[in-house]
Amino acid sequence: MSATTLAALHPGDTATIVSIHAEEALHLRLLALGFRSGKQIEMIRKASFSGPLQVRVGTTDVMLRRVEAAKIEVSRA
Amino acid sequence: MKRIALLGMPNTGKSTLFNRMTGGAARVGNWPGITVELLSGKILLGNEMVEIIDLPGIYDLHGFSDDEQVVRHFLHDNVPDLALVVLNTSQIERQMSLLLQLKQLNMNLVVVLNMSDEAKKFGITVDVQKMSGLLELPIFLLSAKYGTGYQEVQHAITKALRYPTPGMAEQLRTQLEQDEHIESEMARVLKHTVQIPARLSDKLTEKLDGVLLHPWLGLPIFFAVMYMVFQGVFLFGQPFQEGIADLLDWFRGAALEPMLGALPQYMQGLLLDGVYNGVATVAAFVPIIVLFFLFMAIVEDSGYLSRAAFLMDALMSRLGLDGRGFVMLLMGFGCNVPALMGTRVMRSRAMRLLTMMVIPLSLCSARLQVFIFFTAALFTAKAAPLVLFSLYMFSFATAIITALIFKSQFKNSEPFVLELPPYRFPTARQMVLRGWLEVRHFLRRATKFIVAGVVMVWLLTNLPTSAVPASADTLAGMIGSALHPFFAPLGINEQLTIALIFGFIAKEIVIGALAVIYSLSGDALSGAISLQLDWVQAYSFMLFTLLYTPCLATIATLQSESKQLNFTLLSLAWSLGLAWVISFAFYQGARMLGY
Repeated sequence: MSATTLAALHPGDTATIVSIHAEEALHLRLLALGFRSGKQIEMIRKASFSGPLQVRVGTTDVMLRRVEAAKIEVSRA
Repeated sequence: MKRIALLGMPNTGKSTLFNRMTGGAARVGNWPGITVELLSGKILLGNEMVEIIDLPGIYDLHGFSDDEQVVRHFLHDNVPDLALVVLNTSQIERQMSLLLQLKQLNMNLVVVLNMSDEAKKFGITVDVQKMSGLLELPIFLLSAKYGTGYQEVQHAITKALRYPTPGMAEQLRTQLEQDEHIESEMARVLKHTVQIPARLSDKLTEKLDGVLLHPWLGLPIFFAVMYMVFQGVFLFGQPFQEGIADLLDWFRGAALEPMLGALPQYMQGLLLDGVYNGVATVAAFVPIIVLFFLFMAIVEDSGYLSRAAFLMDALMSRLGLDGRGFVMLLMGFGCNVPALMGTRVMRSRAMRLLTMMVIPLSLCSARLQVFIFFTAALFTAKAAPLVLFSLYMFSFATAIITALIFKSQFKNSEPFVLELPPYRFPTARQMVLRGWLEVRHFLRRATKFIVAGVVMVWLLTNLPTSAVPASADTLAGMIGSALHPFFAPLGINEQLTIALIFGFIAKEIVIGALAVIYSLSGDALSGAISLQLDWVQAYSFMLFTLLYTPCLATIATLQSESKQLNFTLLSLAWSLGLAWVISFAFYQGARMLGY
């Protein structure tokens, strides 16, 4: 178990969400998409040229930008 | 009349259900408390007419996105008799939160677990009876796409409508803040009723993503797909456009002209070249819009559009846009009008307006006709492709500059977190319905405006009656000479200024207008123009044509999509100003360098 942020995960990594440090609008959206502490999250891929990330939470695939992913604290399994 | 509101998260097939219920007989309308228009349709249920309203997809009832506020205000000011809540069965573990929020509002609810066909494929099973019991709500499995389970839903809605709505509590906000309760309630219901396999078995989506989102194959594939869509829309569209034009011409010659023959010459001109040409201008857009949305339905409903957003985001985020905006910008190179309508996929209003600011700068196929004529007349066969290429570069560059300048004005405040849905096969029904709804929307919104505009330009170029049409003695000619001080520094003469006034209607008619203005056509016209202008003047005229107002239909669409006169005027002023400044800089610069 090591603490890091979602942005630092590599494709194929699985981790557990520890906490979300985002402003309210983003926080609400993430909650609605299934991002909750204790949930498993998998990094599927990272787009080239510092583009967005594709992650999987539960049954949902979500894309988000790296700045936003850096606000999500996770611990590697 | 009783009202049913359709509620649910994005990507739950809400609109598909709406279309199934209304059979495409929907209209766009305004509602108290909100500024955006919503689709609604009236249908016969049991033995009474009810109105169904398709609300925008929301993630959270107390969220801050534009759509979430719209839904809240709508519910507040137009309490529905029944809310039909649509959930995506395969995402039920997270979508239930919205249902529980709605349940707290004490509204009359019927719940459908949509996309049940997909959930079944994924191996997700739901004990609907048990869930109904635990939540004390009528719940049904449905596939809105294929119609499975629709009968039962219809029956339940009819039944539920017989009871009066319990009414909505006043303090919306305080009620909605009980997140903790919602979470524990959700866990309780899900634990007893839903079984989700440890890993989703959507191997197909995973495999397709592996190729389509590949680090270095993804972008070339994206551009290839866009190229095919583009060719599909505009190559297939052209024969249809020509067919419609021929048909309208035939009707004019065979029926209208003999019928109106008794009228004075002047009235004939007004009715045929004014009003009837206006109608023809509108009709020319119909095949393009239908085909565009047929193809867009494929790109969007298959799930590829959100992949395009993924691929292009690295570049587009710097411009304050998103990848879907890029798709629309590319489509704008065929025709700006459907591209502007297509921006509706972007749910953030600020980002949509910014994209709509940029699209009119895309060099559309109508402008290309003007450029091909002028380059053929004034440049050698060797230089012509370079000239055209440079105009495309100007188009891209001004689009980027516009985005950068207006990025802070239209600042997107919504978090950019998008769902990547599994790949799906769009049904033919969905595609056809989409094309039909969009074209009807365009006709309703734009017809009057475009016909009025065409009539106005006809009057300008034909009044006073004593003057030769489109000559210097007409109103247009007078405006042309009044504007001459503005256009002289760009190297644009009075005849070309009149052509620009025509070009305001549509770029397709610029060459035709020049033929009338010079009383010459074909090779004789290009010969006359090549004698009168040098290449610097011609290129300056092309730059101006590229950048100023694309056409009346674009303005009408800007207005009908933004519903903000200020925005439409800003876009108009910006494109005119930009056209002037760039043509001026080019013309004066080239002359200074001795060309």
